[in-house]
Amino acid sequence: MNNKRKIRVLVTKAGLDGHDRGAKVIAMVLKDAGMEVIYTGLHQTPEEIVHTAIQEDVNVIGLSILSGAHLGISKKILEHLKKKGAQDILLVVGGTIMDRDIIKLKDMGVVEVFPMGTDIDNIVSFFLETG
Amino acid sequence: MSLDKIKQAQKKWEVDNKVDKLPPAKSDMGAELPLIYTPMDIENVDYLKDLGFPGDYPFTRGVYPGMYRKNPWQMRLYSGFGTAEDTNKRWKFLLERGNNGVAVAFDLPTQIGINSDHPHAVDEVGRLGVAIDTLRDMEILYADLPVEKLISSFNINAPAGIILAMYIAIGEKQGVPSEKLAGTISNDILCEYVSRGMWVFPPSPALRLTGDLVEYCTRHLPKFYPFNIRGIIMREAGANMIQEAAFAFSNALAYIQEVTSRGLHVDDFGRRISFFFATGLQIFEEAARYRATRKLWARIMRERLGAKDPKSMLFRFTGTTGGSYYRTKEPLNNLVRGAYGLLGNILGGAQGMLHPAWDEPFAIPTEESALLALRTQQILAYETGVTNVVDPLGGSYYVETLTKQYERKIEEAIGKIDEMGGAVKAIEEGFMQKAIASEAYRMIREEKSCERVVVGMNKFVAEDEKQKKREMKFHEADPRVRERQIDRLNHVRNERDEGVVENSLDELKEKTRGKENLMPYLIKTVKAYASIEEIMEALKDTFGTFKEPLNI
Repeated sequence: MNNKRKIRVLVTKAGLDGHDRGAKVIAMVLKDAGMEVIYTGLHQTPEEIVHTAIQEDVNVIGLSILSGAHLGISKKILEHLKKKGAQDILLVVGGTIMDRDIIKLKDMGVVEVFPMGTDIDNIVSFFLETG
Repeated sequence: MSLDKIKQAQKKWEVDNKVDKLPPAKSDMGAELPLIYTPMDIENVDYLKDLGFPGDYPFTRGVYPGMYRKNPWQMRLYSGFGTAEDTNKRWKFLLERGNNGVAVAFDLPTQIGINSDHPHAVDEVGRLGVAIDTLRDMEILYADLPVEKLISSFNINAPAGIILAMYIAIGEKQGVPSEKLAGTISNDILCEYVSRGMWVFPPSPALRLTGDLVEYCTRHLPKFYPFNIRGIIMREAGANMIQEAAFAFSNALAYIQEVTSRGLHVDDFGRRISFFFATGLQIFEEAARYRATRKLWARIMRERLGAKDPKSMLFRFTGTTGGSYYRTKEPLNNLVRGAYGLLGNILGGAQGMLHPAWDEPFAIPTEESALLALRTQQILAYETGVTNVVDPLGGSYYVETLTKQYERKIEEAIGKIDEMGGAVKAIEEGFMQKAIASEAYRMIREEKSCERVVVGMNKFVAEDEKQKKREMKFHEADPRVRERQIDRLNHVRNERDEGVVENSLDELKEKTRGKENLMPYLIKTVKAYASIEEIMEALKDTFGTFKEPLNI
C-alpha cells in the first residue's frame, strides 16, 4: 500500500434521490481507511459523474442510490465511461438493491454491488483490494 | 421516609450486591446509566410546575386532558405509488380497513418539481410515491373520495404551495370551500437542506414560499395544518434524538419568525403548528424525550415567542418507528422492531402514527404488509390497555430524570444554533448536516463493534437467512407507469388553453418580484392546468437555485 498511490474514490449520489446518509458514512469510512475520497453531493447526472471522475482521476466511482433507479442510472454511467474511453474507472453501486438486480448490475459491468446491510469491513477491503 | 434514610439504604444495598461490578449500560447517545433511579433523582421535580396535568401547561404529561381515552391516535399509512389511479385504488383498500385519512407519498420528480417527461425523471416516475404533473392527476387521485370528510396529509416541501393549490382546486371542484378543508402539509423546506435533498430554491426565497402558504392558510383554511415540521427527515439521516428535536425546533423558529414578520401574531397560527418525529427502539428514552419536548416547546412558545393561547403551546406530533431501524436481513424482524418503536411513541403521547411496513427497506409496501402495519397499531390500541391511563410512565424515577435531562440538552443544542444566527445560517454553513453525518458514523461504528446490538445483524446471526429472503414477495413497480403518465401529461397539454396557462405563469413570475402572497397566483396556474415544472420554472426565474455545501 505504502509505495502505491493512494486509492482515489468518487462517492456520488445520482438522480433525484437525496438520501445521503449511506453515501456520507461510506465516504467517512473510506477516508478513515486511508483513501482519498471526493464527494460530489446530490442530484448528479451520469454525464456529470463521469466528467468529475475523469477530472479527479479516481480509480473507483462509488454510486449510492436508494430510490430504486439503480439499473437505469448505472447503465448510463457505464455508457458514458465507455464513450470517454475511461473504462479503467470502476463502478461500484450501493443502496436498496434486491438480489435479482445485483445480477443484472454485474452483467452490465458494475464491478461490485453492496446492498443495504453490507458489512462496512467488506466494503473497505473490497476497495483496498480492487482500487 | 426521609431521603437521607433512602440514601443510606441504597449505599448499603449497592455494597451488599456489588453493584459496581455489574456490566455498564449506556443510553442511546452514549451516556452511562446508573443501575436504578430513586426518589433522590427526582427530589427537585415540582409536580405542578414541571409536570402538571395533561392538557395543562407545561403539557409534560400530554397535550390533551383525555388523551387516548377519548380516541386512540390517528392511524395512517404513508401511501402512494405509480399513477394517480394506482394510488387511489390502494387508498380505498386501506380506508375500508380503518385507516384514518390518507398520507400522500409523492414520487421524487413531484417532490423536486419536475414533470414525468423530464430527462432526470426517467427512472423515478411513480417509483417512491405517486406522480403528479398537473391538476388532472390530483383529480384522479381523489376520484370518489370526498375531501370534505377525508383528512389528507401531504409530504411535500419545495413545491408545497403548488400541491396545496391543487388541493384547494379539488375542493372547489367537489363543491367544498377551502374553509372546510382539513389536513396537513409538511411545508418544511429547511429539513431538506439538512438531509434528503429535495430542495430547489435557496433558503431565503424558499422561506418566503413557506410563509406565503402559512399566511394563506391562516386566513383561508382555518382547519388546515400549514406546516408539519419534520424532525424525522434529520433523524433518519443519522441525527440522534436530541439533535432531531433541537434542529426541528430551530427550523420551526425560523418559520415562525418569517410568518410573524408579515404582521401575524404567533397565536394566529400557533395552534396549527405540528411536528413529525421518528422514534427509535429505546422505549423509555424516547418516551422521556417526547415529554421533555412537549415541556420545552410550550416554554419556547410562551416565554420566547409570547404566545398567550395555550393551544399555541402544544407540541402535537405524529410519530413513526424510524425506517432506518429496519434491516434487510431477516426482514420479518422489522415487524417486531416496528411494534416496539410504536409502543415508545404512544408512551410518549403521540397524536398520530405513520407506521412503516416491515418490507420498506426493500420496496414500497405490498397490500399485505401495509395492512399488517395498520393491524400492529390497532392491536396496540385496542388489545393491550395502553390507552387506558394517561402518561403511564409519569412519576417513574427513571423517566422523570431523563425528561429533565433531555429538556436541558435540547435547549442547549437550540442555544448553539441561536448563537450561529439561527437555523438558516447553521444550514448554510453545513453545521447541522455535519453534526448528523457524524452521528450516523458513530452509530455504524458502534454497530460494527457490537456495542449497539442489532439482532440477526451483529448478534445471533443465522447463516441460512439469505435463502429465505428470495421466497418473499415484494411490491413490483409497474414498468409502464412513466409511459402512462407522459401520455396523460401530453393529453392535458393538448386540451388546455395555452393562452390562459401562459398568462397565469407570466403573472406569477411578475408577482415573485414583489412581496405579495403568491398562493392566489399559484392557484390560478394550477387551475389553468400548468404543470408542476412550468410553475417551478416560473418561480426559479426570480428565486434561483440552491448550491449545496459539501463538507463531510
